[in-house]
Amino acid sequence: MNELAVAIPWLGSRNPKAARSVVLALMLIAPLIAALCGNTWVRILDFALLYVMLALGLNLVVGFAGLLDLGYIAFYAVGAYTWAFLASPHFGLHLPFWLVLPAGAGFAALAGLILGAPVLRLRGDYLAIVTLGFGEIVRIFMNNLNYPINITNGPQGVNMLDSLNLFGWDVSRHIPITDNFKINSLVMFYYVFLLFVVGSVIVIRRLQVSRIGRGWAAIRDDELAAKAIGINTRNMKLLAFAMGATFGGVAGGLFGSFQGFVSPESFSLMESIAILTMVVFGGMGNLGGVIIGAIALSLLPEILRSVALPVQHAIFGHVILDPEVLRMLLLSLAMILMMLIRPAGMLPAHARYSRPELASAGKGKQ
Amino acid sequence: MPTEIKAPILRLHDVQIAYGQIQAVKGIALDVYAGELVCLIGANGAGKTTTLNAISGTLPIRGGSLQFQGQDITSLPAHLRLRAGIALVPEGRGIFTRLSVEENLRMGAYTRDDKDGIEADLERVYTMLPRVKERLAQVAGTLSGGEQQMVAIGRALLSRPKLLLLDEPSMGLAPLVVEKIFEVVQTVVKEGMSILLVEQNANLALEFSQRGYVMDGGKITLAGSGEDLLNDPKVRSAYLGEEAA
Repeated sequence: MNELAVAIPWLGSRNPKAARSVVLALMLIAPLIAALCGNTWVRILDFALLYVMLALGLNLVVGFAGLLDLGYIAFYAVGAYTWAFLASPHFGLHLPFWLVLPAGAGFAALAGLILGAPVLRLRGDYLAIVTLGFGEIVRIFMNNLNYPINITNGPQGVNMLDSLNLFGWDVSRHIPITDNFKINSLVMFYYVFLLFVVGSVIVIRRLQVSRIGRGWAAIRDDELAAKAIGINTRNMKLLAFAMGATFGGVAGGLFGSFQGFVSPESFSLMESIAILTMVVFGGMGNLGGVIIGAIALSLLPEILRSVALPVQHAIFGHVILDPEVLRMLLLSLAMILMMLIRPAGMLPAHARYSRPELASAGKGKQ
Repeated sequence: MPTEIKAPILRLHDVQIAYGQIQAVKGIALDVYAGELVCLIGANGAGKTTTLNAISGTLPIRGGSLQFQGQDITSLPAHLRLRAGIALVPEGRGIFTRLSVEENLRMGAYTRDDKDGIEADLERVYTMLPRVKERLAQVAGTLSGGEQQMVAIGRALLSRPKLLLLDEPSMGLAPLVVEKIFEVVQTVVKEGMSILLVEQNANLALEFSQRGYVMDGGKITLAGSGEDLLNDPKVRSAYLGEEAA
């Protein structure tokens, strides 16, 4: 549970207990508050949690190991399509979630290895280009593998996916309390996703402070030096790709079960970039930052969408800027401002030591 | 002189290294004996760093063989060579700039599990490098060049190597700082470690080394004791900036 306090570091470092309870309470009541504003908002929160998982997974590759991956959404796609193949009328398979979800994670990890192996010697821009290509290849495969044998059902996608059924409990069913009051399934999905996110945070936090995490940090800073201190850089990089992909695969499976429908267009390059933006915006390598970045960048556009139209109507009497246009404009502006003011993200990794004048304060504890 | 009948700790036999079509090292032989400080000097592009990287395993060789403590290590990958006892301090220091000084040092013990031994070695490094001890919590990227070099050496020592490969430790440093670093190097040699040192600062390197090799155009052109090389007119004219007699 210590990992919870990471989410709000400024309180977490002073009063971890208080930080933990604040975060816990917020996480638990968030969907109830959102439900008051309408079910759309609960759905948005559900998606925010999926984005948190994706951002956490991508952060493992980009933030920890320093490998720029612009095709991360491919692993999300692999997870989602695994669910579609193994739990839908498409192939007539309806396997239980505890088989499908690990299978999705496994296939995504395999995809991570397939991507990782040929790019081991690439860094920076070159790596970015190849991973970008990889993401597109996966999407185009999904788009075109309906002929000569129909595997993915092409651009139409696969629908009527089985919903999440946790040991007999169908999460997608509303829970009736009284005749005219029932708990919406979206709220239940929220709590299920929350469990997965908390689990991911704990696993990733453990990884970060483990020997593996230190190995990744070494590779990120200087690959030759990493080799020189005895790190098997090849295996460590493959591991980073595979482990990052695993989280993407799990998130993809959850997405499939939640949405009930998958199609290639959900896995476009823009999605990869959106997730990378969340990681960079929040603070590469800092778990709390990445979580905040993912939540902020998945909620803000929706808030904007609901606010932009009425505000423009009220001020100008008619709509001047479409919310979609405005969204890209404001997001880009936010990124530019961020890079100018806080280039390391909202919560930079290693904030305590990042300025030399603070170093003496840190030394006191030695 | 430890150049007795003992077998060398490191032996290079006819080692050739190429980058694509370009042959950087054209068949060299080189020995380092236990407890020896050996330097490899030569002009830019002579193949010194290439040779050192090949010994550490970070660069594959095209031909020839490498022996360490009597074992053939030609096909041993870099991370296993470190476990065997070969540690490299890469050119340009290669410290982990975003980690703290202490984290950098501890990274050197990445392959070790003996907690007490690591703590003891850390203490040894602290006594040897008092400047470093003052800055344990500082982000290593904010250190001065000399301090970074010290951290890089300290980190290499934490793997308890038998052979330390030092690549241009004096590069870009003020003379006073260079002197400090060579003091550390001498301390390490006195403790019984073998060192293969690559240097452009030939004068200094030869002065401290028991033996030296001169490299030129991918070949070893001269070999001898540090003193002999220091007094060799060819070396003096080529590398020590003196007019040929």
